[in-house]
Parts: sequence; structure tokens; C-alpha cells
Amino acid sequence: MEFLSHLFSSGTLSQFLVGLSRTTILFIVSSGLSLILGILRIPNVAHGSLYMVGAFLAYSVIHLFGGGVAAFVAALVIAPLGVAALGFVLERGFFSHLYEREHLMLLLLTFSFALIIGDLVKIVWGTEYRSVTLPVVLQGSAEILGLPLPYYNLVLLLVGPVIAVFLWLVINRTKMGKIARAAAVDREMVSAVGINVGWVFAFTFVLGCFLAGLGGALIAPMTNISLGMDHSLIIEAFLIVIMGGLGNVWGALLGSLVFGLTQSLGILVWPKFGIVFPYLAVVAVLVFRPRGLLSSTW
Amino acid sequence: MKHRSLVATLAVLGLLCALPPFLPRFYVYIASIVLLTGLLATSLNLAIGYGGLYQFHHTVFYGVGAYGTALMLTRAGAPAPVAMIAGPLAAALLSLVMGVICVRLSKLYFGMLQISLGSLVWVTVYRWYSFTGGDDGIHGVPLPDLIASAKGSYYYTLAVTALSLLAMRRIAGSPFGKTLQGIRDNPVRSEAIGVDVKRHKLAALVIAGFFGGVAGSLFVVVDTSAFPDMMFWTYSLEVLIMCLLGGMYTFWGPFVGSSTLVLLRVFVSVYTQYWGLILGTILSLVIIFLPDGMLGFFARRFRKGEVRGA
Repeated sequence: MEFLSHLFSSGTLSQFLVGLSRTTILFIVSSGLSLILGILRIPNVAHGSLYMVGAFLAYSVIHLFGGGVAAFVAALVIAPLGVAALGFVLERGFFSHLYEREHLMLLLLTFSFALIIGDLVKIVWGTEYRSVTLPVVLQGSAEILGLPLPYYNLVLLLVGPVIAVFLWLVINRTKMGKIARAAAVDREMVSAVGINVGWVFAFTFVLGCFLAGLGGALIAPMTNISLGMDHSLIIEAFLIVIMGGLGNVWGALLGSLVFGLTQSLGILVWPKFGIVFPYLAVVAVLVFRPRGLLSSTW
Repeated sequence: MKHRSLVATLAVLGLLCALPPFLPRFYVYIASIVLLTGLLATSLNLAIGYGGLYQFHHTVFYGVGAYGTALMLTRAGAPAPVAMIAGPLAAALLSLVMGVICVRLSKLYFGMLQISLGSLVWVTVYRWYSFTGGDDGIHGVPLPDLIASAKGSYYYTLAVTALSLLAMRRIAGSPFGKTLQGIRDNPVRSEAIGVDVKRHKLAALVIAGFFGGVAGSLFVVVDTSAFPDMMFWTYSLEVLIMCLLGGMYTFWGPFVGSSTLVLLRVFVSVYTQYWGLILGTILSLVIIFLPDGMLGFFARRFRKGEVRGA
């Protein structure tokens, strides 16, 4: 009984909501990875590095503009755009010539980019921890059902669904998205009817990178920005994408929720080994539904 | 031809036996690391190069082999020979369990399920402070005097690596190995002519896991430690790079690739801390320009020459 009352105390519940809002960031990053893996078929290990670059860029922008709300908003715009620009260079420079290679080669190529980007970040920003303080406006806490929840986490909880709907609209309601989905299934056929698939792929890749950068910029005030934050994230993002179904935005959302919820619940129930639960959940899903929870693009 | 390769093998072995007296202690240690990493990469190649299985998280078996041996020596106080066998057997068993779960999937899905299972093992080892030592790992594993010195552990590593490579070479050349390559090249046709594809794949996974575990137990002998980073996902990718760099569709390629990388890392680290930048650059150049790896590249050139001569 004591255990249950501990579980449902207001402290743990608000802790749970905070955990859930972090899930938003997992979702934003992994939806980008899902687009790149589902449509372009690139298992992009460098996605985590792009997320890290996004976080460091956000730090630099905020310091350049001297803090405050304006600087924070500027960081949320400039950092993802910077990462998207980097993605554009990578796509045009390398991947656009290599789409026909097998997965294994692309996995290792993106890993080599991850190594290079990791060291470039080390050269530019150094090895120390960086941190970003929230603008004063966002520092307080709101009351949700009598539970304290920091404003910033509330913002994150709202941002997640907005991004999900936006992505769904882009993929399902725009011409670009429709072409991208068709090209994921049969690239040759799409180009045979006279569509320039190359640019659609470039757009998809850049959009995916933008999402990685946005995730990095959003996590910046919540964590120590450091080298190595890419490695811990990329494996989680991959598992989420596979669990949810490749190239499926709702799958990425569902996967992030399953991953995030099992993690926060797991830590509440069994603090020492809570971190094991999300991995168990992924294994369970893949054993029963090897192609992921929702339908994948291929 | 067979005679020539036997002479070459004996010459290389003789050279490796004669090496330690001329090397400083540190380089004897590095030589041991080169050997066992070569064994690790070759064992991975058995699954990925010969079997075409996307073994994306091979170092789990390396880590489990190491922890198996280290825990037997420290916690159970088992005699050294028992511990040396227990590690690889634990790795083979884990490989069997993971294989049964993964083997029905193909390619990328196989790899991803393996990554999630492997991460599960990694996270457990990483968190289980009271048993595995958590992120500190296990240090100062007691060893018998015979293999405790740098030279002793080198000769032990050399002997075990040579025997393991010989065994894997035999396996790769056996009817089983040929069938495996047939499955890699055309699983549907292999199934049609009556090959039990799943059972062959499973056997390949267990063999690869076992020899990965052997490499892990050798690491404990050489370094007297085991730690969770050994089985972190990025290290699996590094071992994949070793295979790719040397050439996946050759037997010796992975060994050449891993030796090159380990040695390069030692020498480059003296001059710069940006090893990732160098490795990443080399790797991306190899993938873009030499997809068959170094040995594959030379083999192709050589063969081209032959054709021109004829």
C-alpha cells in the first residue's frame, strides 16, 4: 500500500509529466530519422550528431544574442536551419550519389560522418559541458490538476502534437510528400513519369535534418550540452523508429510514447533497473510485430 | 598452392613467436590487442561476410565472453581453464537465444532487433553494480602466473587466436561454409534445393558468437579487466568498419583491417586527439571508392593483371 501511495503521490506524478515532455524531444528527433530511413532508406547514424550540432548551435546563438526570450526564439529558428543547411550539403555532396548502395554501406558511411562531425564539434566548441538557462518568462511552473509542471515542459508537451500534425500534413497533403512516399516504394517508376526525384529526396533529407536540429535546440535548456550526447540518443531514436514503423510519423509518435512511458514508469517502479524497460518493450514489440507497430513505407 | 599457403602461415607464426623479446612491454601489449581484435573481426565476418547476416551488435558477444571469464575468476574463484571456456560458452549461449529470436527477420530488421537485444544486455551490465561492477567494470582480474606477464599473455593470445582462426578457416571452407555462402547469395534458391536456411543461419550466429566470446576472454587475459564500453553499440560499428576496411568477402580481410586500425589508432593518438576525424575520413573514402575493402581491391587488381596476361 505504501508503495502504491508513493506511486500516486503528486511528486511522482509531476515527475512523470516531466518525463513525458522529454518524450516530445525523442519524438521530434526520431520522426526525422524515420523520414530519412523510411523514404530514403538511409540508416542515418549521423542523425544523433546533427541533434548534437543543433544543441551546440542553440547554445552559441543564445550567447551571441545575450539571453532573453528573443535570443531563445532566435536559437530555435537558427539552430535547426543551420543543421538543415549541413544536411543539404551532405545530401547533395554524398548521399545523392549513393542511394543505390546497400544498407550496411550506408550505415557505415553515416557512422563515419558521425565520427567526423563529433570531432568537428570538439574542435569548434571544445570538450567542456555547456548549459543554457531559460529566459525568465519560462522559468516558473504551471499548475496542472494541482500538480506543479515547469512552463518549459508544458511548452514541450504542446509542441509535440503540433509537429506531428504538421509532418502528417506535409507527407500526406502536399505534392512533395506524396511524391516522396511514391518514390519510397518505387523510385524508378516515379522518375520515369518525369518527376525529379533527386530534389524530392533532398527535401526529405533536409526536413529530417531540420527535425534533428530542432530536437537539439529544444533539449538545450534541459540538459548539459556535451560531446557524447549523440551516441546515447541515436540508439534510442533508431529503436523508436523501428518499433513504430519506418517512415510513419504516427509510428514515431507512438514509439516515442512507448519508449518514454516505459522509461518513466520503469524508473518509478524500480529505480535501479528502470532504464531496462524501454529496451524490453522494443524487443517485445519486434518479436510480435517485426515490421513495427504501424505500417511502414516499405 | 596449398603448400605455399602452409609455408606462409608457418612463416607468419614464426615471426609472431619471435617478436616479443625485441619489443618494449607496451608494444607486446598492443600486439596482443591486435591479435585478439583480429579474432573478433574475423568472427564477425563469419556471420556478416559469409552468412550475409546483418550482425550489427557483435561486440555483445565479445563483452559477454569477457565478463563471463572475468566473473568466473573474480566472483566464483573458478580455476583459469574453466573460466576461459565459460566466457565463450556464455557468449555462444546468448548468441543462440538472440539468434532464435532474430533469425526469422532479414537484413535491416534483423540488425535492428539484434541492436535492441544487445542494448538490453548492455544496459543490464551497465546498471548491475552489485554483480558486474556497473560502469566501472571489473579490474585487476587474478590470473595464473603463466599468463599473467605481458609476454605470457601474448603467447597465450597468439596460440588461442591461431587455433581459433584455423578452426574458422576450416569452417568457412567446409561444406557448411559453402552452403552458408549459397544462402547469402540466394536464400530462396537454397531453400528450394532443400537447405534448412534458418538452421544454417543459426549455426553461423552461434559459431560467430562463440569466437567473439573467445576474443573477449582473451581481452581479460591481456588487460585483466572487462568494462561495459566493450559492448557498447558504437564499438560494434567500429568492428564492422574493420571488416569493411579489410574486405568482407575474404577470410583474411577483417584481420588485415583490424590490425591496420588498431595500429593506426596507437600511432595517431600520439600526435592528435582527433582520431574520429581521421577514422571517419578514411572510412568514408573507402566506402565511396573501394567498397570491396583493401584486400578486395588488391585481389581485383591482381586478377585484372592475370586476365591481361592471358
